[in-house]
Amino acid sequence: MSLLPEEIKKDFPLLQRTVRGGNPLIYLDSGATSQKPVQVLDAEREFYERHNAAVHRGAHLLAEEATDAFEAARDKVARFIGAVPSEIVFTKNATEAINLVAYAMSNAATSGPEAERFKVGPGDEILVTEMEHHANLVPWQQLCRRTGATLRWFGITDDGRLDLSELDALVNSCTKLVALTQQSNVLGTVPPVELIAAKAREVGALVVLDAAQSVPHMPVDVAALGADFLAFSGHKMLGPTGVGVLWGRGELLAAMPPFITGGSMIETVTMEGTTFMAPPQRFEAGSPNVAQAVGLGAAVDYLSALGMENVHAHEQALTGYALERLGDIAGVRVIGPGTTEARGGAVSFTVDDIHPHDVGQVLDELGVEVRVGHHCAKPICRRFGIPATTRASFYVHNTLGDIDALADGIRQAQKFFGTA
Amino acid sequence: MQLEAMYQEVILDHYRNPHNKGLREPFEGEAHHVNPTCGDEATVRVHLDGTGRDAVVADVSYDAMGCSISQASASVMTDLVIGKPVKEAMGVGDEFLALMQSRGQDVQPDEDVLEDAIAFAGVSKYPARIKCALLAWMAFKDATARALGEAS
Repeated sequence: MSLLPEEIKKDFPLLQRTVRGGNPLIYLDSGATSQKPVQVLDAEREFYERHNAAVHRGAHLLAEEATDAFEAARDKVARFIGAVPSEIVFTKNATEAINLVAYAMSNAATSGPEAERFKVGPGDEILVTEMEHHANLVPWQQLCRRTGATLRWFGITDDGRLDLSELDALVNSCTKLVALTQQSNVLGTVPPVELIAAKAREVGALVVLDAAQSVPHMPVDVAALGADFLAFSGHKMLGPTGVGVLWGRGELLAAMPPFITGGSMIETVTMEGTTFMAPPQRFEAGSPNVAQAVGLGAAVDYLSALGMENVHAHEQALTGYALERLGDIAGVRVIGPGTTEARGGAVSFTVDDIHPHDVGQVLDELGVEVRVGHHCAKPICRRFGIPATTRASFYVHNTLGDIDALADGIRQAQKFFGTA
Repeated sequence: MQLEAMYQEVILDHYRNPHNKGLREPFEGEAHHVNPTCGDEATVRVHLDGTGRDAVVADVSYDAMGCSISQASASVMTDLVIGKPVKEAMGVGDEFLALMQSRGQDVQPDEDVLEDAIAFAGVSKYPARIKCALLAWMAFKDATARALGEAS
């Protein structure tokens, strides 16, 4: 394996604890939120202990240091995805980053001519996919409701891939925006985003990528993707909660009206009106999440030191092994691609005649922590005719032994409920 | 393992052989409840004999989809409330709610009132599962209110 997960695990204080009657913790829920290495915890603590102050204002030493720390985090995040710092907007999370774009688009209706290209209305189409997390579906549904635009979507094939058979019809001259995931949080599927982005560009549509499950797990270079916006969350990539990122093409951010308004994002304010700062500050109203951004910067350093190619290879190995082990168990059905090709380390499955809640309960009793439910992507469950799934998701600290424990736990659940 | 404490034999029996499952006529009130965190669903129908608070729960039927805890709880609920005056049935529901909200602390559940439902005491220690156990009960409460004309 390309990483040394047993060594990496030592950096994570939480992974040292035991659960439910003294069992060692086997954390297979990084797709929901990742645990944090001590380097990230230290960075946040050091910021508060040494440098805390309001950023981008004030002339004292601490204000200077805090601003430097905040902007250094922005530089790190930009380098991590092949962007320039002025294209990095810190948000609360990926959900807010996507909403930022969706609300900027409806605000375009009441903005100047520079915002013309963001306007949508009746006759226009927003294209999404059936495999989106609710965070990349509901904001677009709502945008359509506010503006009269029409929502359309790609379906899913039986093996959990994006159904591209209607690509030419779905991406058409009415398409104003295409929003899709770079890696499904339920199926693990990695859709051909470059292909879809190229097609979208032909018709002049904007492309928004939900990268919440991709940026933490694979090398991502925004210059190569052909997308216009990319959203991800800090807490899923070893960073703190409360910080997310919107990357946007510089010329688009420059023309885009703000979403949240208030302090820190204005150029000048009179009682009659306000002018706004250039990006990224235009999109960071109010006191920003400075300590969280600093923590995210440390997480980026940690991942960069491991090497994202290595992280990806490690997870591919884990995913391949998990597909193999789960495939050996009668009654277990993987929901999603059956091979590691164009597929990441989120493995959802059902167990015949045992509800995911009950599977999860038995696993939890054994110290194996997985996610159960619809994973904020209910349309996928409906597509496959199931109420919910159990999902194991992997990260840098997971071992093949963790997957053995998962497989053993599933067999124990089958034994306990008398289904095998 | 704590599993046996949670999945009591009574619960597994009701799960495998649910009582009163399948929607029936007649009914005066119906309610559909979902657990947004896991997608579990329950539809409960209530048929009352009589009117007002003196009415008696003549029949309860349901259709539900979900985990063993939610399915077993629906089955147990129907056994407990059918044939009881509405007021008494609600009292059992309140007792069950109190048991579920106890987080396993200091509970002296009344076995005479709760009967099979006492088996869910172990579930109350797992916050994520309490909603599963309460789903059908909450739907019953709503359906009854509708049957009484107290809610729309």
